[in-house]
Amino acid sequence: MKNGSMLRVENLTKVFNTGFIKGFEIRAVDDVSFTINKGEIVSLIGESGSGKTTIGKLILHLLTPTSGRILFKNRDISKLKGADLKAYYQDVQGVFQDPFSSVNPLHRVDHVFDIIFENLLKDVDEKEKNVLVEDALRNVKLNPKNILGKYPHQLSGGQLQRVLLARALILRPQLLIADEIVSMLDASVRIGVLNLLGEFRDKYGMSVLFITHDLSLGYYISDKAIIMYRGRIVEMGDIKKVFHNPLHPYTQMLLQSVPDLNVKWEFKKRIEPEKEEKGIYAISGCRYVFRCPRKVEICQKDRPELLEVEKNHWVACHMYKR
Amino acid sequence: MLRVNDLKVYYKTPSGYIKAVDGVSFEVKKGEIFGIAGESGCGKSTLVNSLILRKPPMIHMGGEALLEGKDIMTLDEKEYRKIRYTKISIIPQYSLNALNPTKKIREIVWDLAKEHGYTDKEEIESKLRERLRMVSLSEQVANMYPIELSGGMKQRVVMVVSTLLDPKILIADEITSALDVTNQRIILELLYYFIKEEKIVDSIIFITHDIGLLDKIADRIMVMYAGKAVEIGPTEKIINKPTHPYTQLLLNSLPRLGINYEKERLQGIPGEPPALLKPPSGCRLHPRCPYATDICTMKEPEMIEIEKSHFVACHMYRG
Repeated sequence: MKNGSMLRVENLTKVFNTGFIKGFEIRAVDDVSFTINKGEIVSLIGESGSGKTTIGKLILHLLTPTSGRILFKNRDISKLKGADLKAYYQDVQGVFQDPFSSVNPLHRVDHVFDIIFENLLKDVDEKEKNVLVEDALRNVKLNPKNILGKYPHQLSGGQLQRVLLARALILRPQLLIADEIVSMLDASVRIGVLNLLGEFRDKYGMSVLFITHDLSLGYYISDKAIIMYRGRIVEMGDIKKVFHNPLHPYTQMLLQSVPDLNVKWEFKKRIEPEKEEKGIYAISGCRYVFRCPRKVEICQKDRPELLEVEKNHWVACHMYKR
Repeated sequence: MLRVNDLKVYYKTPSGYIKAVDGVSFEVKKGEIFGIAGESGCGKSTLVNSLILRKPPMIHMGGEALLEGKDIMTLDEKEYRKIRYTKISIIPQYSLNALNPTKKIREIVWDLAKEHGYTDKEEIESKLRERLRMVSLSEQVANMYPIELSGGMKQRVVMVVSTLLDPKILIADEITSALDVTNQRIILELLYYFIKEEKIVDSIIFITHDIGLLDKIADRIMVMYAGKAVEIGPTEKIINKPTHPYTQLLLNSLPRLGINYEKERLQGIPGEPPALLKPPSGCRLHPRCPYATDICTMKEPEMIEIEKSHFVACHMYRG
């Protein structure tokens, strides 16, 4: 099942300008390229400010790129409008971090499904709709009887997030953009939601862009990892290669910071905290240079390109230049 | 240092009392980091907040909390103000927004010190500069407004402010849950440094929903479920030899690096935590517990010491 690219992102860039007078540029996404194949779960991992959420929004056509292209099944999505855009949303769906801010608190939960049926599934009659909704809820391990007819505040965050996932999955999307969808959920329900993504991929060949700051969750569910720092990809590739043989100093530090139960921490080697980073988007070199313990002169000046150092393992760091 | 006995803290609502903390006992020793773990709604935040500030609808229904032998649950607001920041201090959840946005860090700190009777401004400011350096921030941060700082930097400033008057006990309530992993690790390292090396505080109570963090930093752990303490013991025992079914389920639902969906399928905990308006009879976990028997539905299990300093409240281990 895992062949053929579903989504191709080419040199994607999104620049935001802040302020009028002392304004400066934030290069939230800066020359980013990657592909997601059919049936593949790809983790997009980074801290806040890395640009991971912006990438999700660009793919979902909620933001317009400054430059670069997004190709879904070889078709540039930037010009999609009207019926074509609706068709795109049948194939590509998004679920976001805070389930409570994704629903209208005054409407019953059932209403979240209405939007989909009114816009994207107009031909479905009432009876068929009810069957679809109930099936979708059962698919995400919810009992329709305990969910339908309730208001959002009567559900827990985990239940509501699964309702939203059920809605996205009703359309059998080929690509799901899942932006921090479990970060607000308790550990005990988190894993159930991740397993659902895996099961949907296994059953329907759905691809997932799993946007997260949690490395263990990323490792658990994904085939591939993309590590971002300040708008740029610093490392990507096969999940096992990236996690077991991290090459970029940033990835190495991230992995050291995971409170994994198998590892003992020593509080001796202090990790370098972030500093004031004015002008980080203006420098010509590597953006990690402010914090990198292994920086050399060239890192200030030249931006490292993403290089394939072993099969399916890319890194952007001058240490690995041949 | 701190001894809490059979503490009950409820919320009064039109439909009855929500029994958020219902008879919890534990002690925090000098020099230790005491971790409290549990899922949302288990009462862990209510527990520590009730030690600091009780406001309606939160009601103290019974039990005591002895700080250096004195019950702090009976202090009035005026008496309490004296010990807040000097004896017991909290870094609350959402503390990133707790700093007054219209004042510079320097001014926030001076206001606080003044309120506690400090008169030497230079002394306080030099202490502030020293502490900022300790948390790897430059002295210039003292002259900045909170808005000028990133989340991770702000959290370090909040740490400095809450400990500036050298409290005996520092309560840290989910202080890293809004942070990235690297900032999270930095904050944990700093807490460790504050108590174990610099000895700025005597004890830390660290509350989190992520038991993995407690594995890294806590000396002892208390696991809470639905307003009750279910297991208390040394970190190493809780993590590697959990005895309460809830602790076991919680640990099993944590993904560890090296566990991948393709190879090993993890399971969450079935069901949902109960509403605390009408908690389940007997053991509160029984509707979700894979080992529940008849007695669990009828009788509440008592906390028993199954080995030295390791306590568990479960009928499986009685007698």
